[in-house]
Amino acid sequence: MSFWSRHKIFETNSIILVIGVLFVISIGGLVEIVPLFYLKSTIEKAEGVRPYTPLELAGRNIYVREGCYNCHSQMIRPLRDEVERYGHYSLAAESIYDRPFQWGSKRTGPDLARVGNKYSDEWHRDHLNDPRAVVPGSIMPSYPWLEKTELDMSSVAEDMKIQAMLGVPYTEEMLKLAESDVRIQANADDPNAVDLAKRYPNAQSRTFDGNPQKITEADALIAYLQMLGTQVDFKLYDNKANVR
Amino acid sequence: MAHEKHEKVDAVTGVATTGHSWDDIEELNNPLPRWWLWTFYLCIVWAIAYCIAYPAWPLVSSYTKGALGWHSRDAVEVELAALKDQRSGMTAKLAASSLEEIKQDPEMFAFARAQGKAAFGDNCAPCHGAGGGGAKGYPNLNDDDWLWGGSLEQVHHTIQFGVRSTNDQGHSGTMPAFGRDGMLKREEISQVADYVRSLSGLPTEKGVDLAAGAKVFADNCAACHGDKGQGMLELGAPNLSDQIWLFGSDKATIVEGLMIGRGSVMPAWHGRLDDTTIKALTLYVHSLGGDQNR
Repeated sequence: MSFWSRHKIFETNSIILVIGVLFVISIGGLVEIVPLFYLKSTIEKAEGVRPYTPLELAGRNIYVREGCYNCHSQMIRPLRDEVERYGHYSLAAESIYDRPFQWGSKRTGPDLARVGNKYSDEWHRDHLNDPRAVVPGSIMPSYPWLEKTELDMSSVAEDMKIQAMLGVPYTEEMLKLAESDVRIQANADDPNAVDLAKRYPNAQSRTFDGNPQKITEADALIAYLQMLGTQVDFKLYDNKANVR
Repeated sequence: MAHEKHEKVDAVTGVATTGHSWDDIEELNNPLPRWWLWTFYLCIVWAIAYCIAYPAWPLVSSYTKGALGWHSRDAVEVELAALKDQRSGMTAKLAASSLEEIKQDPEMFAFARAQGKAAFGDNCAPCHGAGGGGAKGYPNLNDDDWLWGGSLEQVHHTIQFGVRSTNDQGHSGTMPAFGRDGMLKREEISQVADYVRSLSGLPTEKGVDLAAGAKVFADNCAACHGDKGQGMLELGAPNLSDQIWLFGSDKATIVEGLMIGRGSVMPAWHGRLDDTTIKALTLYVHSLGGDQNR
């Protein structure tokens, strides 16, 4: 019996065939995925990247809930036209605390990886409320309920705890102060903003939704958007240091 | 892959069989078309060549770098450098010249306006509109009414440092929330709103006490907006006596502004865009409706 005739064993026995298929596919997966966990060149560290503040994390959850990722990616690819339009190409390290990540190349709407501080809070408010009010040709849906709906803060701490289990370096103190940190950040001049910035460097605190009376989902979402892509100072970034 | 010769021919189709038989069902020997087979082999050869030329295989502590030494980050650096090089002649000229000099030189002016227009589309259009027409709360840049001044230098300063932005050199000054913060009563707000409308010749509500409104205006508003509502450039206080309205001229909108205050933010672009791009933007914006006469 020649070597090639042995395939009959697989073709006449479905369980052995299934095991064989799984074995072959897993080789492909292992070769492609496992090295990413240990190759130095794929594990870049970037100065300035910090875990999300509780308010930003809540905003991120709203971003995911509303399906913003269906049209907006957060990944500027290292291509000339993208760098010219959006700014420095995204680093993997900038998504290190993203679970799930927001990468992609489907651009029904523009990429949002560096939208932070590009527009005013007021613009984000107007734009989320009715995109056509500021961009007449926009095809984005309106999200008018965000600035009317009070933010549900009850699950923020729990959410952070789960993120911490997955490896995000939230400290016990951060978890304990989660809810009060939400209030500090959504307040224009809270005296504790300095402490918040110690826990989360460069966190911006203000009334993001223009309404100091209550903390809404718009507060959280705009706080998240205004932070996107602002953590790494690219004046100090050396793109060769991490290419190994 | 049957290697023995099978002479057996299927009676129905007249095609030779491969000799494979499952439950007496026999497999016909219809080989792949030659062109398909050779394309397949070619793809395998291509894949091997690609693996040699480009980064491909993970190793224990590194990966195969490829014979061409290609790296996506280096590649984009090269592309961007080429672009910079292509623009360098003009960019250097723009960088070395003053705004006024650029404006006087037709070649530089045309280049700056073209570059400015592209940058405007990417960065400014979301608020100010694709043609600079503005929207409610976002100034129209085509008219000759400028909140912070419409000269080349003033526009340049505003674009660089923004308005009520995070930059210390940005313009500041906000309209207080007279209603929300309890500085004016509802009645006073209504009176002064009508008085403000009267400044630009708009009709006022019947029976309103304009004299009372004028007094409220003199006590609370004139410090920034001027005694005749002519506005004040240093504070970005709009001219209330012309026909140009940032938020709207109807009474409800004016009352809203008095109740909750106004303080629109324009981000600072210094640091986000390079200096030459900001210069080009300045010339483009100035060419839309620059210099004011108010």
